[in-house]
Amino acid sequence: MNIDLSINPELARTILTGFIKSEIKRAGFSRAVIALSGGIDSALSYVLAVEALGPENVLAVRMPYKSSNPDSLEHAQLLIDQQGSPSLTIQITELVDPLIEELPGEAKVRKGNIMARARMIVIFDQSEAFKGLVVGTSNKTEILLGYSTVYGDSACALNPIGDLYKTQVRQFARALEIPAAIIDKAPSADLWAGQTDEGELGFTYAEVDRLLYLLVDQRFSPAECIDAGFEADFVHKVVERIRSNQFKRVLPPIAKLSNRTVGYDFLYLRDWGT
Amino acid sequence: MLRFPAPIMKIHLAIAQINTVLGDVQANLEKHLAVIAEAKQSSIDLLVFPELSLTGYMLQDLVPTVACRPTSDDPIFKSLIEASHDLDLVVGFVNEDVRSRFYIAAAYLARGEVVQVHHKVYLPTYGLFDEGRFFAWGDAIRAFDTRFGRMGILICEDFWHASPPYLLWLDGADILLFTSASPGRGLNTEPQLESTRWVEEINQAYASLFTSFIVHSNRVGFEDGLNFWGGSTVFDPNGHKIAQGPYFEEALICSEIDLAGIHRTRARLPLLRDERTALVQRELGRILSK
Repeated sequence: MNIDLSINPELARTILTGFIKSEIKRAGFSRAVIALSGGIDSALSYVLAVEALGPENVLAVRMPYKSSNPDSLEHAQLLIDQQGSPSLTIQITELVDPLIEELPGEAKVRKGNIMARARMIVIFDQSEAFKGLVVGTSNKTEILLGYSTVYGDSACALNPIGDLYKTQVRQFARALEIPAAIIDKAPSADLWAGQTDEGELGFTYAEVDRLLYLLVDQRFSPAECIDAGFEADFVHKVVERIRSNQFKRVLPPIAKLSNRTVGYDFLYLRDWGT
Repeated sequence: MLRFPAPIMKIHLAIAQINTVLGDVQANLEKHLAVIAEAKQSSIDLLVFPELSLTGYMLQDLVPTVACRPTSDDPIFKSLIEASHDLDLVVGFVNEDVRSRFYIAAAYLARGEVVQVHHKVYLPTYGLFDEGRFFAWGDAIRAFDTRFGRMGILICEDFWHASPPYLLWLDGADILLFTSASPGRGLNTEPQLESTRWVEEINQAYASLFTSFIVHSNRVGFEDGLNFWGGSTVFDPNGHKIAQGPYFEEALICSEIDLAGIHRTRARLPLLRDERTALVQRELGRILSK
């Protein structure tokens, strides 16, 4: 089955730069901060933010850990040089090692989450210092699959790329002339040596994006996806992964007692009054 | 012998393709008055604002707090009704009726009078839309007379159904005024969003099928992650696009409506003349009584 996820990059660019400008200005700000990991997602958000606000109004923050891949730092710097915005490099090693040293055994997931949340602390602190809103970098694929740390890398004030699949992020990044080295390398959270997204997920972004597009955008049932040529096991695994990660996408439920409860019948947009 | 004034054959129309502040009626009113002042400078006869132009779109629990009434003693409508002495206006608002039901509404104001108020009949309550939760359904589709001729107003979802424009056409409207706050969606490789393409195609179809003028006023701006795509248009009775606003930008889109175009098109293509309304009624009666 031919599944085409291609987008019009010019149109996406117009809408997303408009979105960034609008959301930041109406909240009373004129600047943004962004955690630049050296990966393609933060690269895309960063480039869009710079175009929307002007380079002087976007602070790029690199936050390496002692065992981070040196390529990550280098690729982030390549972008910073290309875009000409102010930047900071803040090591998170000393922040997290005291906690990490207390962990039993290898504890990869705990370590990884601590690092992601430490980066959240740093970027939100820089948000206050620079007086800029945190621009998010999570794409639609990882949001749907729950491939993120709650209150970690998913924390932000606005997210311009959260409705783009990884496949579309790649196409868009190419159109915006983001350096090929960043686009072509294997996506990785770089929380431990040799970690790759696709290794962890057990399938490639190319495959899962095609399936997610049918399941989510086109509302195909799992049976219809299998009929379209996807492996049954793969379909069931992805369907269950989406369902079981819904908690990462919503506010924690508040128990209703009153006639008007936040989260149920206290309904206002974030842009209320602006 | 009585001398009747010569019928107005050309309308200097403008579409106020604007952004709005969500929930701040006073701020939006000030913007309306500024655009009206600008339109006056260009000798505009009729100025059409988008859906909910006085309030913003995604109101949710703000609905009861932003409602007003289209009367000359209403603090918001007072100045708009005043302004209508200089040019005719179509404005979008939340109307609260005497029983405190809230409607998505549009008012046609002219020469110090409220000529017509339309309540949105179709309230999309699916996908990203939740209008049926907060608003009452309008229950009338009525054409009305203006100094330029007979017109009808529809709001967004109203013209996503073929029946309201058809009813207005049969009720004598030769100019249909469509107002919307349409959230953009459907990004593919095309230069415009799917929702844009869809709306432009149906507007062109209505103009062609009803051999009438279709004027579409759509807003711009963002509300949270929703974008409003603008791209307001005017189509003539031949189905030709005679005006097009930019996408995603505020603009005052001016267009001259040459009413003689209706005469010329219907002389060539008498679809209105040939429409068999009694047959429609008979068949519809039969179908609905099954």
